[in-house]
Amino acid sequence: MRRAPKDSAESHRLITRRGLILGGAQVGFMGLLALRMRYLQVDQADQFRLLADENRINIRLIPPTRGRIFDRNGAVIAENVPSYRITMVREEAGDVDEVIARLSRLVELDPDELRRAMRDLRELRGDTPVTIAERVSWDEISRIAVNTPALPGVTPEVGLSRRYPNGKDYAHLVGYVGPVSDRDLEKIDAPDQLLLIPRFQIGKIGLEAKREDLLRGKAGSKRVEVNATGQVMRELDRKEGQAGADLQVSIDNNLQSYVSARLEGESAAAVVIDCETGDLLACASSPSYDPNLFVRGISVANYKALLDNKYRPLPNKAVQGIYPPGSTFKMVTALAALENGHASLNDTVYCPGHLKVSGRRFHCWKRAGHGNVDLHRSLRESCDVYYYEMALRTGIENISNMAMRLGLGVAYDLPLTSVAKGLAPTKEWKLANKGTDWVIGDSVNAAIGQGFVLTSPLQLAVMASRLATGRSVTPRLIKSVNGVEQPTGHGEDLGLNENLLREVRKAMYAVSNNRRGTAYGSRIIEDAFRMAGKTGTSQVRNISSGERATGVRKNSALPWEQRDHALFVSFAPFDNPKVAVAVVVEHGGGGSTAAAPVARDIVLQALYGDDPPLDVYPEKDRGIVKKRQEELRRARPHTAGDESDRA
Amino acid sequence: MSYLEYSVKTTPTGLRKVLHLNWPLAILLVSVASVGFLMLYSVAGGSFKPWAEPQMKRFILGFTVMMFVAMVPIWFWRNMSVLAYLISVLLLVAVELVGSEGKGAQRWIDLGFMRLQPSELMKITLVMLLAAYYDWLPTKRTSRPLWVFLPVLFILIPVALVLRQPDLGTSILLIIAGGLIMFLAGVHWAYFAAVVAAGVGLITTVFQSRGTPWQMLKDYQFKRIDTFLDPSSDPLNHGYHITQSKIALGSGGWTGKGFMQGTQSRLNFLPEKHTDFIFVTLAEEFGFIGAFSLLCLYALIIVFCISAAISNRDRFSSLLILGVAATFFLFFAVNMSMVMGMAPVVGVPLPLVSYGGSAMLVLMLGFGLVQSAHIHKPR
Repeated sequence: MRRAPKDSAESHRLITRRGLILGGAQVGFMGLLALRMRYLQVDQADQFRLLADENRINIRLIPPTRGRIFDRNGAVIAENVPSYRITMVREEAGDVDEVIARLSRLVELDPDELRRAMRDLRELRGDTPVTIAERVSWDEISRIAVNTPALPGVTPEVGLSRRYPNGKDYAHLVGYVGPVSDRDLEKIDAPDQLLLIPRFQIGKIGLEAKREDLLRGKAGSKRVEVNATGQVMRELDRKEGQAGADLQVSIDNNLQSYVSARLEGESAAAVVIDCETGDLLACASSPSYDPNLFVRGISVANYKALLDNKYRPLPNKAVQGIYPPGSTFKMVTALAALENGHASLNDTVYCPGHLKVSGRRFHCWKRAGHGNVDLHRSLRESCDVYYYEMALRTGIENISNMAMRLGLGVAYDLPLTSVAKGLAPTKEWKLANKGTDWVIGDSVNAAIGQGFVLTSPLQLAVMASRLATGRSVTPRLIKSVNGVEQPTGHGEDLGLNENLLREVRKAMYAVSNNRRGTAYGSRIIEDAFRMAGKTGTSQVRNISSGERATGVRKNSALPWEQRDHALFVSFAPFDNPKVAVAVVVEHGGGGSTAAAPVARDIVLQALYGDDPPLDVYPEKDRGIVKKRQEELRRARPHTAGDESDRA
Repeated sequence: MSYLEYSVKTTPTGLRKVLHLNWPLAILLVSVASVGFLMLYSVAGGSFKPWAEPQMKRFILGFTVMMFVAMVPIWFWRNMSVLAYLISVLLLVAVELVGSEGKGAQRWIDLGFMRLQPSELMKITLVMLLAAYYDWLPTKRTSRPLWVFLPVLFILIPVALVLRQPDLGTSILLIIAGGLIMFLAGVHWAYFAAVVAAGVGLITTVFQSRGTPWQMLKDYQFKRIDTFLDPSSDPLNHGYHITQSKIALGSGGWTGKGFMQGTQSRLNFLPEKHTDFIFVTLAEEFGFIGAFSLLCLYALIIVFCISAAISNRDRFSSLLILGVAATFFLFFAVNMSMVMGMAPVVGVPLPLVSYGGSAMLVLMLGFGLVQSAHIHKPR
C-alpha cells in the first residue's frame, strides 16, 4: 500500500471540496442558462414571435382577371386564354447550362428570350423563378412534364394571357395590352401594387388603355407560408380580388370585319354611326396590324416594318387622322348662310368657273362653270363658286359655328387614343396660332372645306348623322359595362330649321340618285335603301398659277403622296336614316370614284347585316360587285365562323 | 491500489451487480435520449426516418455498451487507461493520414458500420488517463511543477492533433475538461491563474495572426467568432444561424408552438436543426417549460454524478466520475450557450439529443465507466 489511510482521507476531502466547488459552478452556470432562456423566451417572446412570422409569412397579390370585350352582339373581341410558360429556378437546376441544353431539345427556345433569361438566372437570387419561354404550346408542356426528372428546377406554369381573335380588325380601336414598363410606372404617382408584379399586363393603347380602370379589376391577396428558400409551403388565407369589368362595345363585329376588309389595300378610314343611338357600328383604319404581336412583345424588325410603311398602319386614321373635308363641308357652309338669313333656298348664284375675290381668282372645279346655281344644284353638282359666294355673305364665324353644331372641330369623349379635335377655324384662332389676321380668302377657302378646316372621318360621320336626324347625335363606343347599359348618344334637337335641313338632305339625295349628281355612279337602286351623300376631294398640294395655265395635272399622273384625298359622307335609308357613313381614302383621287363606291358597299352591308343581294346595285356594277363580294368573303372566313358559334 | 485492496466481500458479483447500478442516473440518461428521439421525430416532419430511428438504434447500442462497461470492474478500466489513451492518440494520427473530409475538416475514420471520430473518444480516454495519473501520483507531489507539467503534456498532445483537423470546439473542450480534472485532483490555484493569464495572451495572439501567413485559425473560424461578437453584422450568412436560432427560441414563448408546430425548424429557417441546433427546436415547440425541463434533467445528471463521486472513496473513481460529468456538462453548456447567442458557434452537439453516433457512443461509454465505478466502489 503506497498511501497512508490519512493521506487517502485527506485526498478524499480535497476531491470532495473541489468537486463541490466545481458542481456549484456548474449549477450556477446552468442557472445562467436558465436566465438567458427566460430572457429570450419570456421577456422577448413577443418580439421574436413577430420576427418568426415575418420569416414565414409572405403576402402575395392575386392578379385579377382582366375584363373581356365583346361586340354589340356578344362576339368576343378580347379574351383571356390560358398561356403556358416555362420557368426555372437556378438553385434547383444545379447545372443551368446542361438543363437548358436538354430543354432546348424538347421545345423551341427563342434566342432573344433565352439570352434575357440567362442574364436573369445569373443576376437574380438563386431561388427566383425565371421565365425561360412564354406562350408554350400544350404539346410542349406535356413533353416537359414527361421529362421532369431530367429537368430539375424547370416548372411549367399556367397563367392568363390576352388574345384578340379578330386582332387586325380591332388593332386601332381596342388596342392591346403589354407588360408594365418603367415608363408606364413613371407616369403614375402611386402605382397599384399590381403593377409591380413582373410581367403584369396593362392596356397600352386604344380602349384597353383608356378603360384600364374598368378592365383591370382589383387585386386580391393571399398569405402564404414560405420556407427558408422562399418556396411556398401552403396557403394560410386569401382575400379574393375583383375581376375586371366586361365591356360590350357598340361595334358590330360583322360590319367591322367587312369594313376592314373592304378598305384593305388602301390607306383609308371609315366610320359607321347608328343614327338613332350614336353607336359606332364600325370604325376602321387601314392598313392595320395584328395587336397579338404586341402582347407577345413585337420584334424590332416587325415594328420597324410598321413604322416604315408609307401607308402608316399604326395611327387610328378614323379618329386620329385629320383631313381637309373638301366638298363634304359644303352642307355646313350652306346651312350657315341659310340659317342666318344670308341666303334663301331660291337664291341663285352665277358660276362662270371662278370667282374673283379681292383681286384673286378662286376657281370652280368645273373650268367652264355651272351657270346659274341654286342650293340644290350646288350640292348635287358640287359647284364651288356658290359656296365662295355664301362664305362672302355670311362670314367665317357663322360657318365655324355651324361646323361645330354639326359636330366638326370638337373632340369627342371616346375611350380611344388621341381622338382628334380637328379644326373649325375662326379669326381669333388664326391670330392666336398663325399670328396673322384673317383675310377674306381664308373664308373662301374654308367654304369648300379647304384651307384651315380639318376634320376626322369620325367627325364627318357625326356630321352626316346630325344632318340626317337634326339631332346632336354623339358617338358612343361602350354599350354596356358588366351588362349595365350606358347612356346613348341619341342627342337633343339641334334647333336647325327643319325646312332648310330637308332641302339639304334632298340635295344630298340627288348627289347619289340624280343622273347629274357627283355620286350617281354609286347609287343604290333598291328604293327602301336609297342613300344620300356628298362627295369630297381635298387637295393636299397648292396648284400654282403656272400649272393652271398649262392645265392641272391629273391625279393619276402625280406621285401617291401628292394625290387628292377622296371623301364621301352619307346616310341611308334616305326616308328613315339608320346609319351614317364617312369614308376617307388618303390620296385616293376623287371622292366620287374612290370613296363613294366604298361607302355604298358599307351602307348596304350595314343595312342588310350581310352581303346585300346584287339587284340593289345598278346593273352595270353587278359583275364587279359580285366578284368583290366573293373575294371579301374569302378574305374573312372567321366572321362567318363566329356567327355560327354564337348561334 | 491493487485489486486486493477492494473488499471483495462487499463488492457485488455476477448479476447482482445490476442491482447496484446507479439506476436514477441510467433512467435520467434514457429520459434525455428520449427527448432526443422526440425532437428528431419532429424535425423530420413527423417521421422516424431519417434521424429518429438510427438514433434509437445507436442509443440501444450505447446503452448496451454502458451496461457492458459497467459490469467490468473499475480497476480493470483504470489499468487500461494508458492503453486507451495511446490508442486514441494513434487514431488521431491516423485521422490525419487517412481520415475523410467533412465540412472542410478531417474528423473521422470510416469503419464501415459507423464513422468514428477519434476526437470524441479522446474526450473520455483523456479523463481516464488523468484520473489514473492522479490516482497513481502521491498527493503531496500534485502541485510540483514537474508533476504538473506531465498532465499538461497529456492534454496538449491530443489538443494539438485535434486543432490540426481543425476542430476548435473539441480542442477547447479537451483543454477545459483536462484542466478541470487537474483542478479536482488538487493542483494549486496559482497554476490555473497562470494558465488563464496565458490563455488571454494566446487568444490575443491568435487574433493578431489573422490575415498573416501564420494565421492560426481557418477563415471560417474567425468569421464565426466575428459573428458571435456581432451577429447583426452578417445577418444573411454566418450571423444567420445565430439570428434564426434566437428567433426560434424566443418565438417559443412560455409553452411553445406545440409538437411539430415549430415554424422556424419546419420551414428550414433553422440551420442544422437535427444536430447542433436541436435544442432550439425543442425550445420553439415546447417553449420555456420544455427547454427548462431538459436543463433540469441535465442538472440532475450532474448532481447524481457529483453525489456518486463524493460517496466513492476510491480516488480514481471519484476523479473519473467528476471528469465524465464535467465533459458532459461542457457539451450541453457550450451547445446551449451557442444556440442562445452566448458563445460562438463552434459545432458542439447537445449530448444524447443531437443526431450523431460517435458523441453518443463515447458518452455512454463514459457513463459506463461511471456506473462501473459506482458498482465497484469500496464498501
